[in-house]
Amino acid sequence: MADLTFDPKDVAQLSPSLVDGHPSLHDVTEAVSIHTEIETHRNWYIALAISGSVTLLLGSMLAYLISTGIGVWGNNNPVGWGWDITNFVFWIGIGHAGTLISAILFLFRQKWRTSINRFAEAMTLFAVACAGIYPLVHVGRPWRAYWLFPIPNADLNMWQNFRSPLLWDVFAVSTYATVSALFWYVGLIPDLAIIRDRATTKIRHTIYGIASLGWRGSATHWKNYEKAYMILAGLSTPLVLSVHTIVSFDFAVSIIPGWHTTIFPPYFVAGAIFSGFAMVITLMVIARWVFKVEHLVTITHLENMNKVILATGTIVGYAYATEFFIAWYSGNEYEKYTFINRAMGPYAWAYWSMVSCNVISPQFFWFKKLRTNIPFMFVLSIFVNIGMWFERFVIIATSLHRDFLPSSWGYFRPTIVDILTFFGTFGLFITLFVFFTRFLPIIAVSEVKGMMIQAEHEKHYLPATTASTEPVKVH
Amino acid sequence: MADQSPIHGVVADFDSPDTLLDAVKAARAKGYTKMEAYTPFPIHGIDEAMGAKQSILGYIVLCGSATGFTTAILLQWWTGTIVYPLVISGKPLFAFEFGFPIIFELTVLLSAFGAVFGMLGLNGLPRLNHPIFNYSGVAGSSDDRFLLVIEASDRNFEVTATRDFLASLGAEKLEVIEA
Repeated sequence: MADLTFDPKDVAQLSPSLVDGHPSLHDVTEAVSIHTEIETHRNWYIALAISGSVTLLLGSMLAYLISTGIGVWGNNNPVGWGWDITNFVFWIGIGHAGTLISAILFLFRQKWRTSINRFAEAMTLFAVACAGIYPLVHVGRPWRAYWLFPIPNADLNMWQNFRSPLLWDVFAVSTYATVSALFWYVGLIPDLAIIRDRATTKIRHTIYGIASLGWRGSATHWKNYEKAYMILAGLSTPLVLSVHTIVSFDFAVSIIPGWHTTIFPPYFVAGAIFSGFAMVITLMVIARWVFKVEHLVTITHLENMNKVILATGTIVGYAYATEFFIAWYSGNEYEKYTFINRAMGPYAWAYWSMVSCNVISPQFFWFKKLRTNIPFMFVLSIFVNIGMWFERFVIIATSLHRDFLPSSWGYFRPTIVDILTFFGTFGLFITLFVFFTRFLPIIAVSEVKGMMIQAEHEKHYLPATTASTEPVKVH
Repeated sequence: MADQSPIHGVVADFDSPDTLLDAVKAARAKGYTKMEAYTPFPIHGIDEAMGAKQSILGYIVLCGSATGFTTAILLQWWTGTIVYPLVISGKPLFAFEFGFPIIFELTVLLSAFGAVFGMLGLNGLPRLNHPIFNYSGVAGSSDDRFLLVIEASDRNFEVTATRDFLASLGAEKLEVIEA
């Protein structure tokens, strides 16, 4: 008969360490708050100077675009959507990992999400901010962008076409941005109160006091707060799936070969999660080292995220194969041509870059050695990000550049304005992070503490030999 | 706060969630009803121990959902069929099939507003000050301390007796705080 008694090794496998060592509750408060309290480091100013300059570049490119016109981009006829929509889908997709970590993993009671959710939610918000720029400026006259919303106004004198997926997209992205911001802020309130309580100067106390809205951590507060958090997680879960579904409708509801397909919604959602988790790895590897929180964001967190990258990367690869199969099986010659052209036509270089980054590279994560190797996962996560950018570019450019009539064929080449605008959004993204990591707690402190106490309680149900001899210290 | 007493209550400062939970149970057994705990993170089982009712936030969110759902249908139907009817690609002027994405998004949006603003409303936030901030060790309640306040509005409240009672429960620090 099988031996059913626990031995310490099994327990370690069942509940891998989410908090290394045995920090006390106070140690956790200290570890997370200290970076907002110490004197600003010289390196912070250097980081801000670099990312800020790149953001200024973005600003000047947008100013040039708006004052001159869309013609400064490489968009042409027939490729009417170029890097603008590619970058929009790229950034929106990156945001999805944050919501997945904060909402879906919360509902599934995945405790390992706790140390990384704040950071991932911030990433969502900043990525959506970068994404939002593109549809706004590509309408051509951004000062008329409010025409996208059903606001009664005298200068438009008509109503929006609710049958268009582009209008669904307006609602989906603005709802997503708003709900993500609310979710993030609700999570921050108790942690802002911690910084308020630790404030040594009047001005800090006032600013963090206002930001924390007078939070006092009473049992009543926590009761309503936990309920609100649970409901927001429950709302965000279908929301995040709907956003990329609706983004994919922008393509799938059209009749362009290569776009008009029912596989798009699940395929886009899997790709979004894939790229988002890769971005979390890229940022988290840097952040845990810079802010010395390796004991709170452990190798277990990183390994779990790499498993998600492996799973979603494989789904994406499967979707590429299915697209090809259906193109052949449908018997539709335009569809067939589009896919042969994708792999062997003028954009073959982009297609094969995409395949090698998205299909081949995540397969290395089958090996535990590579999954837990920090330099390796860092490089691989960047490959995934490049691959996912190419995926959107391939979908958009290859389907558009061969129109139904050969006389309307064309080729898209980005201009310098395209390239610098895209480069500039990275500056904006990083600048927002630079501010976030300076002024706000980057780890959800109260959640980590609650998890530590809960873990301590669970140990009491295990045989004495397996329970840690060191309890959580509280002083 | 019906009671105009200048005293808000007595604070007892505990060092762990378990001692706090035991103290809450003991205070309930003693007949105290007006009490509040202040902790750095939610303590499971404390609401039951204090005899607090379930949060009604869910109903507020439901109102938000219903408003979003109805608004989205009315908006699409009214603009599409009444004020600006326009035939595009032979599609109907209004149909639930194409109306669904916006119905879904607005339902989620207004539900989320209900959850966040409802939570703040039920918690009485934002608020400038509260008597608990008169306690000298209040900063600990967001760090690693677990506070129990028996409020002066309680029928059984009597400063010295209540303080002695809380001391007997293992509080490491006691303080009477002003309202």
